[in-house]
Amino acid sequence: MPISKENSLFPQPWVKSPYNERDTAACGLIGFINKDRKRVSGSIIQKAIANQHDRGNGLGGGFAAYGIYPKYKDLYALHLMYDKESVIDEVEELIEKSLILAHAELIPVKKSKIIKDPPLFKRYFVDVRPESLEEDVSADDYLVKIVMQINVEVDGAFVISSGKNMGAFKGVGFPEDIADFFDLQSYEGYIWTAHNRFPTNTPGWWGGAHPFTMLDWSIVHNGEISSYGINYRFIDTHGFPCTMMTDTEVVTYIIYFLVRKHKLSFEDACTVMAPPFWKDIDRMPERERRRFTLLRATYGAAALNGPFAFLFGFNGGLIALNDRVKLRPLVVGHKGKTVYISSEEASIREVCPTLDSLYAPHAGQPTIELLDKE
Amino acid sequence: MKVIDGKDIYYKQLNEQIRSEIRAGVKDFKLVNIIGQRYIGGGLEDKDVTIHVEGVPGEDMAAFMDGPTIVVENNAQDGVGNTMNSGKIIVHGMAGDVVGYGMRGGKVFIKEDVGYRVAIHMKGFLDKVPIMVIGGKAGNFFGEYMAGGVVVLLGATTENDDPIVGDYCATGMHGGVIYIRGSVEDRMLGKEVKKFPLDKKDEKVLTPILKEFSSDMDLSLDIFDFSKYIKLLPISSRPYGRMYVY
Repeated sequence: MPISKENSLFPQPWVKSPYNERDTAACGLIGFINKDRKRVSGSIIQKAIANQHDRGNGLGGGFAAYGIYPKYKDLYALHLMYDKESVIDEVEELIEKSLILAHAELIPVKKSKIIKDPPLFKRYFVDVRPESLEEDVSADDYLVKIVMQINVEVDGAFVISSGKNMGAFKGVGFPEDIADFFDLQSYEGYIWTAHNRFPTNTPGWWGGAHPFTMLDWSIVHNGEISSYGINYRFIDTHGFPCTMMTDTEVVTYIIYFLVRKHKLSFEDACTVMAPPFWKDIDRMPERERRRFTLLRATYGAAALNGPFAFLFGFNGGLIALNDRVKLRPLVVGHKGKTVYISSEEASIREVCPTLDSLYAPHAGQPTIELLDKE
Repeated sequence: MKVIDGKDIYYKQLNEQIRSEIRAGVKDFKLVNIIGQRYIGGGLEDKDVTIHVEGVPGEDMAAFMDGPTIVVENNAQDGVGNTMNSGKIIVHGMAGDVVGYGMRGGKVFIKEDVGYRVAIHMKGFLDKVPIMVIGGKAGNFFGEYMAGGVVVLLGATTENDDPIVGDYCATGMHGGVIYIRGSVEDRMLGKEVKKFPLDKKDEKVLTPILKEFSSDMDLSLDIFDFSKYIKLLPISSRPYGRMYVY
């Protein structure tokens, strides 16, 4: 059953006031990309984010890792979080009914005194059946539909990532402890992002930790989306109901929608989310002025207001964006084929003491770092 | 000189150790392997204490500091000199956002660029005149709501295409003076300030400051041609005096 406005579970009780939906004020984030696709252990990102320990408060830590499943690289890796073990059968029936299941396993975790009452994590390597495809429904579209179906319809099951050759690992705890819990040292990837959460406006629960994902598209975010209400209504009407009780989720869906559905370039999608002020658009040459005016006019409801810095990871690269008045910090460091993007320079120096260059991006100016062609 | 190795030391232990060494009579510190520890020098009141920092100090370095001198050999992060009252900070690299927020006295010298919201809410009273010199360029909201003190932006140590200062410069400024070595388009300025050329009095104020900066940074910069400078002064001491009065 396709998810639409009519059959989505929304509006949920918690959506009634958008003011209950704001996220955090003082998170920390760091990510890096090895553009030559050199895969490195998760211990590096763990060490880097641990440096930002005091930007969080132990109520959320998480990671996105790319290139970690070379054995199954052509299959979608569904990372499932189960609050209730009783719904596992229901989800697995749905997966087996709708998709080709190549392999299923528990995500290995280490028992820990620090990490309290973790949910159960399983991963499924799946593909979309050829007969599910239609002229206007790609494999990705179909999988998104299944992911949304699980998130919305199954109480107690959440797909925390669903891309190929990547995965999200997240939970309630400091990120360095979450990394130990998931044994991230044993994974090797070429793009890593990490988040240390300081939830102030929404609950600190396992699903609410960052990253938030759609297929291989993941977001870690520092700040709060004070335009959440209008952004939520915009993206929900396009078939992306929000289920994670936090603002960052809408950013993931908005990027996915703009770039994958409406085929905007990453630059234009970033312009939509952090648009220049009208006074600056007015000064632009005719061609640019028209473009920026069109983007703002068409996608006004997708503009993000409020302070933010986020990292957006996907199978092709790593993108960072600040709000248009730069109310959250962000620095970029280069070293050979590696680019680091972080809330704090020290966090980069922790894992790469000498850099070729370091700079702070301007407000609203995206940093777009793509993998080299294979 | 007391050397403290910051490797694997949490900021609380580091700052506690500095305080207890000061109580035991230590005047000169060298902190090595500093990697993001917060609040270094925060709240210290000892005028004759000097702290050299190697590595990258963390957020809010020298917040509420009242006396000591801190010399950073590399870059500093955000919030340097937050509400500091007296003393001196020398950074031989870049600094992040919000340098000198609410600063009430003392000196902050940064060799290279600084981020957004630098020198905002700086204030001065009688002989308390905070002084800030930036060798490089500054981002948006430079000197926003500034109420006192002397800020100097040189744009002399970094080369890139950016303007010397970002947008919304000196918005809401109602006291003190900003000297900028270069030109700034009017559209980048808050409507509460006006640009002026420098006069002899300005040269008298600036000369010792620039000499001290050059000497501390060990630089011989071509920064003494005062015809290249402009100064920003507020046109009102109470720009929002009538905001809620109608």
